[in-house]
Formats: sequence, structure tokens, C-alpha cells
Amino acid sequence: MLYSPLHSPQAMHIPDGFLSGLVLAVCWGISLIVIVVAFIRVKRDMDERKVPLMGVVAAAIFAGQMLNFPVAAGTSGHLLGAALAMILLGPWAAVLVMTIVVGAQALIFQDGGIAALGANLFNMAVIGVFVSYTVYRAVQRFSKGAKWGIFVGGFLAAWTSIFIAALAAALELAFSATSPANLAVPAMALVHSVIGIGEGLITVGALAFVYAVRPDLVKTTDQKQVGGKFVWVAGLLIAIALAVASPLASANPDGLEFVAEEQGFIEKAQANPYDIIPDYVMPGIADESTATIAAGIVGVIIVFFVAVGVAYLRRNRTTSSASSGS
Amino acid sequence: MHLHFLDPYRHRQSLIHAFDPRVKFVFTLAFVLTMALLPFGAWPVYVLMLTLSLSITVLSELGVKYVLKRSLLAIPFVLAAVPLLFTVPGPALLTIPIGSLSLTITTTGLERLLSIMFKSWVSVQVAIVFAAATPFPDMLLAMRAVKIPRLLVSLFGLMWRYMFVMVDEVIRLMRARAARSGAIEGAKSGGSIAWRAKVTGGMAGNLFIRSIDRGERIYDAMAARGYDGEVRAFPLPPISSTSWIVLLGGLGLLVVLLLFALLFWA
Repeated sequence: MLYSPLHSPQAMHIPDGFLSGLVLAVCWGISLIVIVVAFIRVKRDMDERKVPLMGVVAAAIFAGQMLNFPVAAGTSGHLLGAALAMILLGPWAAVLVMTIVVGAQALIFQDGGIAALGANLFNMAVIGVFVSYTVYRAVQRFSKGAKWGIFVGGFLAAWTSIFIAALAAALELAFSATSPANLAVPAMALVHSVIGIGEGLITVGALAFVYAVRPDLVKTTDQKQVGGKFVWVAGLLIAIALAVASPLASANPDGLEFVAEEQGFIEKAQANPYDIIPDYVMPGIADESTATIAAGIVGVIIVFFVAVGVAYLRRNRTTSSASSGS
Repeated sequence: MHLHFLDPYRHRQSLIHAFDPRVKFVFTLAFVLTMALLPFGAWPVYVLMLTLSLSITVLSELGVKYVLKRSLLAIPFVLAAVPLLFTVPGPALLTIPIGSLSLTITTTGLERLLSIMFKSWVSVQVAIVFAAATPFPDMLLAMRAVKIPRLLVSLFGLMWRYMFVMVDEVIRLMRARAARSGAIEGAKSGGSIAWRAKVTGGMAGNLFIRSIDRGERIYDAMAARGYDGEVRAFPLPPISSTSWIVLLGGLGLLVVLLLFALLFWA
């Protein structure tokens, strides 16, 4: 995902060969469980009318990734669509739609590996959808269905989905010992905090169009709250876990290396124990990277604490107004 | 329709094309998984895996050049692993002085980077041959055979069918934007980046509305033909004994290679 603006859409997902067996197993496990749950929820809650709809929307997301606009120096911004699908179809249907999109990208176009598909599904279909749902719902509660809530929520949801998915990808690479955390995490965070702005702006533009033509699709309805609480909490936990783990990992890459070593994924049978170089080979990089990442992490933490606070305020207010009303 | 640049399928009269898609699917998954589980630096096994993937490529008659050219598309991602050269502790190979700092490339780091590149490269070759030698409807058959739920498989099928229609919609949208984007020589044009993003967003919204409308029409058409929410399909044809033998032989070979690598290099 690191260089997607330069080589879109070829190098957007993690290819095969970059992830260790343990990381693959964990990501596949979580992704499969979430997809099965999404499958059951969609089958139970959605009317059959939505089945062909999901297939066609997946096709639209696929095709929509061709939509781009020039930014600067030959790079371009384009749409990934997890947040938009979540807003228009609800979280569980969006999980399935993104599963199909990411799966087809791997199987048909070799965009992302086949074994690595578990990790790419985890980043895009699970984390991308859950986290954007958490953010969007929090803003919705705050705006109480006002029009601005749809757009602000859409922007933040899109930005966070990209940013957090990128952090997850960087950590997966770091845990696989295929990319050092102190470089991969800040680099991914920095690049994707910019890509996320493009995603956010396109998402807002799309929502503005949909709001003008089919307001019923974006207005808060009961259907979108189906199974909401679980996704909301899961999204929040994922976001907080990644926001906390990323700076830790990038500050202590040796810790990660140690974990990898313990798991036996580093050449543990090496005959002569090499001297572990006492300091970083690139002096000063740890401080620099901590500095670059700090802004992004602080941003995410603020967004989420505001979201949590707002949700609590809102809940208290509804309960108090409900009791005073009755 | 713009099938030509989307559909990776290339028709040939080859052994690989004629094979049972279920065998190809399972073997591709197993091959890629084996490649992922191989330890770093197991070079003899890597070379054997490359031999295997090249043999499959040659048998598929797709042209070695075509497959190798396409297999380079994962290369940009290697940049993510390049810092390993300097960060993996090990004996120093080369020191590059940059001003007051110096970067030291370690042999361990170099070996790991090359391992990752090689694993990625060989894996993607097999994936390319599978996609180029298996028509998409056959892939759907293979997905059903490995017990992926029918609804999900039918969603894959719907996506594939309408992807071309949606790509045509996108091409029309882009053509319309280009037609309205006249530029005067020397004058600044195109608006701010935020404005461009908003315009593109409007196009994306347009695309979504069209897809949702189309999805609803498709449902009506399906319902008129008796669709009741249940996805029905013909039973899968039996797998021939030759296919079984090839599949089991292939999987056995992969297991042996993996065990060999884990025994000597892990």
C-alpha cells in the first residue's frame, strides 16, 4: 500500500512473499470469522433485493478505483471505497462487498497476493469498514442527523479507514520481519495520512451527489444500525490498539524483532550468534520517525476520544430528555 | 465493452488450460502458501520452486516473456523491505558514507531482502498463469468446490459480469469530464486540488447511483424469472482420476519441498 499514488492500481495491496506464516494465520482467522458473521447478518437482516445490488456495487467500487484526479508531479488521488460502501450499504454488507472487491483484485489481477489475501481482507474489509463505521456513527450521534454530519462524518470515516488500514499493513510487515517498524510505520502513516485526504474529499463529493439525487440512501435509517453496537465497539478497539501499538512498535523495533525471533521466523538456527549491533545502524532515525508519526497518532487519538466523549454525552442527554419527557 | 484490458484470460490449447479448474485452484493456493512458509535463505528450494513455476508457465503456452513481464508488477512494493538491508543485524558487507552518517549493508539483511523479492516474484508467476489460463466462470466453479458459500460465489459472479458495464460507465464519465475540461494555453486551469477531488467525488457518487439503480433493475429482472433469494447451480462434475493423481502428486511435492526447507534452513 505504501506507494499506491505512484503505481496505482498495481501496488496497492500486500503481495505474496512479505508475510510470515503466523501473521497470515492470524489475519486469515480473524477475517474469515468476521466474513462469516457478516454473511449471517446480511442473510438474516437484508431483503433478497439487496443481493444483486451488492454484486453490482462491488463492480462499481472496482471500476470506481479507475476514477482519479491529478494531484501533483504525475501522482493522482483515487478512490478505495470502503467508507463509501459502508455509508451506503451499512457495515455488514460493506464487509462482504469489500471482500469480493479485494478477493477479485488478488485472484484476477494479482493486486495483492493470494496467501496474503487474508491480511489484505483484514486491512480493507474488516478494519477499513469497522473503523469507518465507528467514526461515522460517532459524528452522526453528535450531529443528530443534521446534513453536515453526513459530510464531516464521511470525510473523517474515509480518512481514518485509509490511515488505520495502512498502520495495520505496516505492523503486519513489521511482525513478519520483512520491513523494519521504525521506518515502515512512520512512512506508511505519513503517505496514507495524505492519501486519506484524497479519499475523504472524493467520499464527500460522492456523498454530496448521492444526497442531492437519492437522499434516502444516506439519511440515517434503522437498517444501518443493524448490528451496530458490536461493529462500533470493535472498530473503536481496533483503532485504539493500532494507534497505541504503532508508535510503540516504531520506537522499539527490536521488541518486534524479538517477538519474531521468539516465534522462530528469523533464522534461529544460525550457527554463530552474531553480535547484535548495540545501537541503530542508522543513528537518529528513531527520534525522527517518532516525531513524524506523533502528529498522525495524536490526531487519531484526539478523533477517537472526541468520538467516545460525544457518544457518552449524547447517550446521557437522550436518557435525560427521555425521562423528562415522560 | 472494454473486455480486452480487463480480462486476464488468454485462450490457448494447452495442458494447463485444459486442466480441471478445481485442481488448478487448489494447487495455486497450496503453491503460494508453501512459498509464504519457506524460511528466508533456503535458496536451493527457492530455485526448485522457480523451476516448478517456470515449467507450469512453459506448459501453459502463455509465453514465458508475457508471464515474466507481468510478474514484475509487485516489484514496487519491495521498497517497503529495502530498509532491511541496513537494519537487520549481521556481518557488515558494505558501508556507504553519507556526509557524517554512514549506512552499513549487512549480509543477513541482503539475504533477507533477496529472499522476500524471490518469494514474491515466484508466487506471483503462478497466480498469473492461473488467472490467464482459467476463464472466470471456471474459477467460480472451483470456489464452489472448496465450499465457499454459494451466495458469496454468486456475488463474485455478479461482480465479474457487471464490472465491464461499470468500467464502461467510468469511461463515459471520464470522457465527459475531459470534454468539459478545455484548457487555454498559458492560463492556469483545473481549479484547486480540493475542487478536483470534489468533481471526481461527484463522478463516484454518480457511478454509485447508477450501480444501485442497475442493481434494483437486475433484481426485478431476476424476480421476474423466478428468483426467490436462493442461489441454485448445477451440481459439480466429478473430478477425473487423472486430475486427482496430478493434484495429490503436486501437493505431495510441495509438502516434501517445504519439509526439506524447514529441516535445513529454519
